[in-house]
Amino acid sequence: MSGLSATRCGLPKESVAENGAPPRGKVLTIDTMNPTVKMVEYAVRGPIVQRAVELEKELSEGRKKPFQEVIKANIGDAHAMGQQPITFFRQVLALCSYPELLNDSTFPEDAKSRARRILQSCGGNSMGSYSASQGIDSVRQDVARYVQQRDGGVYCDPDNIYLTTGASDGIVTMLKLLVCGEGASRTGVMISIPQYPLYSAALAELGAVQINYYLNEEACWSMDIGELQRALDEARGHCNPRALCIINPGNPTGQVQNRKCIEDVIRFAAKERLFLMADEVYQDNVYADGCEFHSFKKVLFEMGPEYSNTVELASFHSTSKCYMGECGFRGGYMEIINMDDEVKAQLTKLVSVRLCPPVPGQALMGLVVNPPQPGEPSHENFMKERTATLSALADKARLTEEVLNTVPGISCNPVQGAMYSFPRISIPEKAVKEAAGQGQQPDMFYCMRLLEETGICLVPGSGFGQKDGTYHFRMTILPPADKLKILLSKVKEFHQRFTKQYS
Amino acid sequence: MSSHVRTVRPNQMVALMERAAHIKKMLEQGEKKPYKDVIDVCWGDPHGAGMKPLTFVRQVLAACIYPQLLDGGNLPMDVKRRAQKLLRWCDGGSVGSYTNTGGILEIVENLAQFISQRDGVPAHPENIWIHPGSQTSLTSILTLLLSSEATPKRGVLVPVPGHSTVPLSVAALGGVAAPYFLDEERGWELRADELRRALASARGVCRPVALYVINPGNPTGHVQSRKSMEEVIRFVAENNLFLLADEVYQGSVYDANSEFVSYKKRLYELGPPLAHTLELASFHSASKGLLGECGLRGGYVELLNMDPVVMPYVERLFHLIPSPPVTGQIALELMVEPPQPGDPSYPLYMHETEHTRRTLVDNVKRVLQVLNRLPAISCQPVRGGAFAFPRLHLTTKAIRKAKDAGMQPDMFYCTKLLEDTGVFVSPGCEYGQKEGTYHIRFCIMTPTDTMEELLRRLSAFHLKFMKDLS
Repeated sequence: MSGLSATRCGLPKESVAENGAPPRGKVLTIDTMNPTVKMVEYAVRGPIVQRAVELEKELSEGRKKPFQEVIKANIGDAHAMGQQPITFFRQVLALCSYPELLNDSTFPEDAKSRARRILQSCGGNSMGSYSASQGIDSVRQDVARYVQQRDGGVYCDPDNIYLTTGASDGIVTMLKLLVCGEGASRTGVMISIPQYPLYSAALAELGAVQINYYLNEEACWSMDIGELQRALDEARGHCNPRALCIINPGNPTGQVQNRKCIEDVIRFAAKERLFLMADEVYQDNVYADGCEFHSFKKVLFEMGPEYSNTVELASFHSTSKCYMGECGFRGGYMEIINMDDEVKAQLTKLVSVRLCPPVPGQALMGLVVNPPQPGEPSHENFMKERTATLSALADKARLTEEVLNTVPGISCNPVQGAMYSFPRISIPEKAVKEAAGQGQQPDMFYCMRLLEETGICLVPGSGFGQKDGTYHFRMTILPPADKLKILLSKVKEFHQRFTKQYS
Repeated sequence: MSSHVRTVRPNQMVALMERAAHIKKMLEQGEKKPYKDVIDVCWGDPHGAGMKPLTFVRQVLAACIYPQLLDGGNLPMDVKRRAQKLLRWCDGGSVGSYTNTGGILEIVENLAQFISQRDGVPAHPENIWIHPGSQTSLTSILTLLLSSEATPKRGVLVPVPGHSTVPLSVAALGGVAAPYFLDEERGWELRADELRRALASARGVCRPVALYVINPGNPTGHVQSRKSMEEVIRFVAENNLFLLADEVYQGSVYDANSEFVSYKKRLYELGPPLAHTLELASFHSASKGLLGECGLRGGYVELLNMDPVVMPYVERLFHLIPSPPVTGQIALELMVEPPQPGDPSYPLYMHETEHTRRTLVDNVKRVLQVLNRLPAISCQPVRGGAFAFPRLHLTTKAIRKAKDAGMQPDMFYCTKLLEDTGVFVSPGCEYGQKEGTYHIRFCIMTPTDTMEELLRRLSAFHLKFMKDLS
């Protein structure tokens, strides 16, 4: 208290210290801070990325490095890697931004009519107006129509659609609703290992219990009900498991769940009374022969009313991936099935706090679910661009798997979908020891060395979770094909060098 | 379900909002009503209320979204140059890429420069984060300060009347929103003795950790005096509170005798040790002021005097918000770097901003003129901000009728106002108010004729309402 009085008297800091009294303490210290924040980590943008940014700076300052450029193959950002946006989408959004362009004859008629429709749904005919917190009505209706068509006619109620600021916003919001309880009854959330680190970070921030279930690497990263059961049974001892998160197609693993597997998971969730969270942002990114995207919603309803009337499900999608790659617009939606009405009212309230998702992102989501149709002027070009992007990704997925599998000590499961490969790497004992000596995970040590020697930025598997004693890295398949080839050969060379050095 | 979410207080506005949307739809479908349109002035949404976006902003935005426009002949040279510069700052030259979590570095640097020039005090990019709207920034800072596990619960002092998102956020994070009352008779002044009373009262139910202030005020339109701000700073220092300064309306001051000065500047004017120790988070956004780009979701927070040990955790927490929408970041950039004299777009920009400024000053004059002439309604001076918050002096009969309908009296008034005239405003009970007082809030950022029509309908309704329930 004497420190405070000294301040009030206007005494300079020095004399306060001389008196032995402490200066005014901070309100926000490591001890007073929300304790759950300490647990938050986010590997995708963690220390390795910070180092990559530093190296970029050094290169731009003319410092000599063993490489000409830093290749950021760590984050699923297609445009950053040179993928082109879909012309039609950008035309409509430009028209919406500056409606004077509706008089510009270089814009096709179908783009103009889409733009007019969007602007009519906006307050004051401007994208600068707040929308309803649940999202623009006409966009939610378009989303519902899309979902219904995608799922072979299974009814979709626009009231169950919430537009979100990217899928992450929806996921975090749902977790906020689900997490409660204290001690042994604290909410547990099942997440697949390896997982997209947003989940673990959000669970840490909310103080929820993370329940890990391992995907089966030997069986192409498929889900295993036996493993789900094991994880759940163990968890019941110390928490209250309430939700099960699935990413399909998978991140980082790229696996596309087959229909039977999805049915098994739904049956499991029904039996164990778990809320299903289906992250389906990569739903158009399916490459491998014999693989097909089945939405959890569709499979749920095709399993009949015993399941479709009871299983609680939230499905997430966004504008950031697929063939659009529009991460910067932060467009997304979630569909909520079988949620208790009272809880739904609370959800509506919760989303109202952040006012509304970015309107351009909402407009874009509306275009993604309602693209140019056959017969419309922009249809042909749209299909051309979409097909080109998706087939380029498919080629790069195959190339990546092929090349990595030629490297002794690297083994890569087929990249069935999504945007990443997650190969397993063998790290010599000596390297493991040296890593431990530096206080680093062995695959972080590996990736840091790779970065310093080749300028290639990947994310170590330890950031996503993996079975003890195994090591991986996640690499995007997004760089343009020629750059990807160089990247892969450099990774190959590095791995061989590294293995030799530490043998 | 999370009990904290459950305690988030019921939104009484939902029914009214749904009714307004329904009436709008009915009118669109050609249904006949005693009025031809809904005048929606319920939100702080200038475009929604009919104000136009700035041409320069929208031209640059369009060119960034569809760079093919840079090749054509139709856009001014400075628009093209600006768009090209912005696209160079984006990965892959596309607004569709992720950016740094805290925002594009060059834009953050420009925000720092804007703040430095505004305050005459240096601002550092490392202390500034761009988010999808200032409410997101505020929620993040509250996440740090509050803790759902803490006993006793942690508290944040919040103004009454005040915007409901703040207490909602606090409650959802497991904290207690402890009210301090603004003094209506003194133009909604924030008084130090009231802060002291509120703090003492709050200590009975929680451990207060922060004070939230909004200047210029929402809904009150009050602009704080130097003396008032210094009192707040000293109060916060004496009581070991974190200061949260919401300054999103800083671009909207109408009264010639009022001036917006940031809390950061006032703090520096008080000098050390306060200037170097008091923890402050200041919030601003592109949603208000001359841009009014609420839908683009661009806001930022500037942090001051944080414990360096805590900063890495702040950064980690901010990394959970993947990256703010690029369109919102562009709006912020253009807000702080508008066209300059000599630029091709400057004359139009000046014309549009001058027109907006004059319109709003005139709107405020008209509102006070009209309302203060009517019986049973009075309005404190609107010195700044986006709203008028007049007081309704309701009769006992009116109050009873409302209670019979199961509504707060001002909610009852607003409901009837919407039905009978199509004017959509919000009731004071949404913002909190002294027991036994009733208010309405409406946005004053509208075109001149919209404001005239609004005041005409409101006056007619008010006179009839008061007469019928006298």
